[in-house]
Amino acid sequence: MSLPPRAHQLHVLACHACGMVLEDALDSTGHGRCPRCTAVLHRRRPNSIARAWALLIAGLLFYIPANVLPVMFTSRLGSGSDNTILQGVIEFWHGGSYGVALVIFIASVVVPCSKFVILGLLLITVQRRSAWARRERARLYRLVELVGYWSMLDVLVVAIVAALVKFQSLSDIEPRSGILFFGMVVILTMLSAMQFDPRLIWDSEDT
Amino acid sequence: MSGDGLKTFPEWVVCEHCDSVYQRVALANGQVARCERCLALLYRASSLDTERWLALTIAAAIMFMIANLCPVVRISLQGLHNEATLWQSAAALAHGPAAPIAVPAALSIIVVPFLQIALLGWILVFARRKRRAPGFATAMRMLVVLRPWSMVEVCMLGLLVAIIKLSSFMEVAPGPGIWAMAVLMILITIIANRDIHWLWEMVEVEPPQPESQA
Ligand SMILES: [Zn+2]
Ligand SMILES: [Zn+2]
Repeated sequence: MSLPPRAHQLHVLACHACGMVLEDALDSTGHGRCPRCTAVLHRRRPNSIARAWALLIAGLLFYIPANVLPVMFTSRLGSGSDNTILQGVIEFWHGGSYGVALVIFIASVVVPCSKFVILGLLLITVQRRSAWARRERARLYRLVELVGYWSMLDVLVVAIVAALVKFQSLSDIEPRSGILFFGMVVILTMLSAMQFDPRLIWDSEDT
Repeated sequence: MSGDGLKTFPEWVVCEHCDSVYQRVALANGQVARCERCLALLYRASSLDTERWLALTIAAAIMFMIANLCPVVRISLQGLHNEATLWQSAAALAHGPAAPIAVPAALSIIVVPFLQIALLGWILVFARRKRRAPGFATAMRMLVVLRPWSMVEVCMLGLLVAIIKLSSFMEVAPGPGIWAMAVLMILITIIANRDIHWLWEMVEVEPPQPESQA
C-alpha cells in the first residue's frame, strides 16, 4: 500500500489557521499570507525545535520549586501548616480518598513528568532525523496535546478552596508561591507542545 | 478569487500532523476521515446544522451566565457560612505570593469560554443566513487559538476535588452554579470542540469583504 503524497511533493502548503490548501509560492513571492484568513503562511512552524526546547527546559526548571515550595497554607483553630502538592496527595491517601489522591497525583506528577519525557524524546529524535517508530511518536504527540491541560487541576483546586475557607481565626486557607511555579509549568509545557511541529517527525522519510 | 494570484485547492485537505495530502470526500453521518500516514483525525462528518449549532451556543451562553453569577460551592463551619463564585475563586489566587497565576486561572475558566461562546454565536448568527459576519476571519482564527486554553472540564473536576477535600472537616454543599457548570461543560464540548473549517466553505458564496477594495 502506497502512502499519500506530502504537501511539498505536490508543491502546495496548508494554512495552519483555516486549513486552506494553496500553491506553495513562499520562495518566489516572499510574502506569505493566506488569501482566505490572512494568517502568515509557513511550511513548518518557524524555529520550532529551539523554541520548544527553551519552553520545555524552562518548564522543567520551574517544576522543582513547584514541588519543593508549599502550594497552600492551611490554618485550623490557631495552628497553621504549609502544604506542598505531594503532601496534599498523601493527606488524601491517609484520609481514605484513594480516588482523589490518584487523580491529583496523575494531574500533578504523572502528566507533567510524561510531558517532559515525551516532548524531550520527540525533540531529540526529530533532531536526529530518526525513522524509528514514527507512527507511535505521532500518537505520543497527540496524547500530550490531549491530556496536557488537565494539570491545571491543582491551580484551580487551590483557587476554589482559598476562595471558600475564609473564617479568620477559626479556619483559613491561602495560596502559596509553589502554585505559581506549578501553573507556570503547565503553561510552559503547553506552549512547548504547541511550538513543536509534528510534521517534522515525517520529514526524515525523504532522506 | 483573491488578488494574490495564488492557486488554491479547495477540494484538497492536508493532514495537520504530517502534511499528507488527500482529496476531500463526503462522509456519511458519524464517519470520520483518518490520515493513512500518521492516523490523526483529518475531519469528521458534521452532524450539526447551523441552526441547531446556534441554538446550543445560546444555551451555552445562558449556562455560562448562571455558572458565573451563582455560587458554585457553599460551606459552613460552626454556624458560619461562606460561598464562592468562579470569579471569586480566580480572585482568591490574586492575594498572596502566587498572585500572577490568577490571570491564567481567570482566563482558562471564565474569559476563554466566554470568548468561545461569544465568537461562535457572532459567526453563526450570520452563517445561518449564509453570510459572513463582520470580522469573520479574525473570529475564526481566534477560535482556533483559544481552544486549547479553555478549561471548563478541568474546573469541573477541580470543584469536585475541592468539595471532597473540604468535606472532611466542614459541611459542604454544591451551589446552583455547579450544575450550570456541568451542563456548560457538555455544551461547550459539543459547540467548540468540533471541526469549524467547513464554515469557511459554507459562507464563501458571498464575495469576501467588499469594503477592502478602497
Ligand atoms: Zn488561512
Ligand atoms: Zn497525518
